[in-house]
Amino acid sequence: MLGLGVTEPMRECQYSEISVVASSPMDAEHTKRVPRRRKWETFPGRNKFYCNGRIMMAKQTGVFYLTMVLIVVTSGLFFAFDCPFLATNLTPAIPAIGGVLFVFVMGMLFRASFSDPGVLPRATPDEAAHLERQIGEDVANGPGQGGYRPPPRTREVIINGQTVKLKYCFTCKIFRPPRASHCSLCDNCVERFDHHCPWVGNCVGRRNYRFFYLFILSLSLLTVFIFAFVVTHVILRSSQTGFLSALKDSPARYLFIVVVCFFSVWSIVGLSGFHTYLIGSNQTTNEDIKGSWSSKRGKENYNPYSYGSIVANCCAALCGPLPPSLIDRRGFVRPDAARPSPRSNGTSAYVSSQPRTRMCDQDQCIQSTKFVLQAAATPLLHNELITVSGGHSLSGKPSLGGPCASLPAAQHTPPGPVPNATWEAEALVRRDQEKSLFRWRASDEVSSPPSLGHGNPLYDPASQDSLHQDSVRGLVKLSSV
Amino acid sequence: MAETHSLQDIRQQATVAAKVFIQRDYTSGTMCQFQTKFPTELETRIDKQQFEETVRTLNNLYAEAEKLGGHSYLEGCLACLTAYTIFLCMETHYEKVLKKIAKYIQEQNDKIYAPRGLLLTDPIERGLRVIEITIFEDRSTGSGR
Repeated sequence: MLGLGVTEPMRECQYSEISVVASSPMDAEHTKRVPRRRKWETFPGRNKFYCNGRIMMAKQTGVFYLTMVLIVVTSGLFFAFDCPFLATNLTPAIPAIGGVLFVFVMGMLFRASFSDPGVLPRATPDEAAHLERQIGEDVANGPGQGGYRPPPRTREVIINGQTVKLKYCFTCKIFRPPRASHCSLCDNCVERFDHHCPWVGNCVGRRNYRFFYLFILSLSLLTVFIFAFVVTHVILRSSQTGFLSALKDSPARYLFIVVVCFFSVWSIVGLSGFHTYLIGSNQTTNEDIKGSWSSKRGKENYNPYSYGSIVANCCAALCGPLPPSLIDRRGFVRPDAARPSPRSNGTSAYVSSQPRTRMCDQDQCIQSTKFVLQAAATPLLHNELITVSGGHSLSGKPSLGGPCASLPAAQHTPPGPVPNATWEAEALVRRDQEKSLFRWRASDEVSSPPSLGHGNPLYDPASQDSLHQDSVRGLVKLSSV
Repeated sequence: MAETHSLQDIRQQATVAAKVFIQRDYTSGTMCQFQTKFPTELETRIDKQQFEETVRTLNNLYAEAEKLGGHSYLEGCLACLTAYTIFLCMETHYEKVLKKIAKYIQEQNDKIYAPRGLLLTDPIERGLRVIEITIFEDRSTGSGR
């Protein structure tokens, strides 16, 4: 076999292709062309990342900056104006303790705000497909077994004697572990989800709950500390010079500190107390608000996660092991994870769409099909070129309803005529579909952005070109199916 | 060009025949444990005892990582006192155990699973949701004609 000179280079290529499982010369060349990206750059949730993925926050961070400003300004005023007097008249330990408290508060705030709260990464396409199959089987096998069947896309599990329902998350395509919840603001499933805190600018979940708790606890201590010593300062001054003259020095400052501290005491100290109760009973804010484990629901209702005693629960929450982040934000995206489906007509289509092949190929295919069929069905087409979809004719409706109405009919085509039709439709797309595509896209904007991955506005040339590319890519894919 | 394309096809087909996912077992709470139920797709490839042994060892390792005891409390208190800066120089106990788990999976793959045309994926790469077992087709190994 090796005697055939013509095929010899191919044989060598074949050998090297099959014998090296992890990477082949072709793949290595492929990856060299595309710069390696870190996983945070392609993260599907609505989080913001800073410092090359080291810092992770929610999308809206305005209130977090407000929190920082309030703390820094109040403490700054205290250190600048009250501490000199108190240090000389009472003891220098006061500014020292205040300083330590301030540093601790800021440290805990940053830790709570910048770390990953315990985000669960979304399911890979293989996992999602497997789960869908399993759900389908559950639905098929369900009825007739013991009378009661849980609704599809929920699973029941018994934890420490309590029945807990696991729900299926449509966004992340996983069955959520117990105590996990999907945060709609960040668009992530978070383990042991407590709540989304705008003051901290992040979700509070399994990995940053202790930092959040220590932050509010130390902040309440700091607030009470500052409040107490400002009052002490005023009292001491007024004993020396009289109350009104003491206030006259800087009335605005005292008013500011009093107002901030007063509101803080009620809100933050109250919140600390509430979270202390939650920690002691090992519940999340979510569970407490819903009353999941409250005895009002039934006599047999108890918290299956509690360790029994308050001390054990506190130790577990605050001193337990800190799990690592599951999303590996600074890792590199592996090119083989982005490998397209095997049936392709050539690699050229996939080189240019490298950032997008990480999405589910099925979704991409569906979207591309939609584009093509919509494009083919628009009223701006020349009639003689319309042989798409088994020859159904257009009525040339100018409204948006036209393309959409003709789509269902178009979708029922048998696979046979499609290859021919796609190349003609491709020509159509390249020629004059821009306006119609944009109009259609405007109506479908809610459903299509995730799979296209653009944040661009609809009407600029860049997205126009990429829409063309998408359509062409979709056509290439369709023709290879 | 056509030849390399079909080679790619063959290689793709030869590599992955199916994937099996071992799901999490939540009966003991939120602790990381995997189900030891033997999947039917692996019946022809590996025996039940071997598989259950692997999963049980993994479960024990994860339990060790999340264990609440003197060691973890000490680490937690020390970390709190140093404002968690100690983790800049030191690894957490959990991370140490994860490294142990990675080594164990590598070893299992080399000794037991790869010779049978199977590959275990470390659950941490799947967000500790599943143990992914990739089943390769038999003809892919050493069939360079």
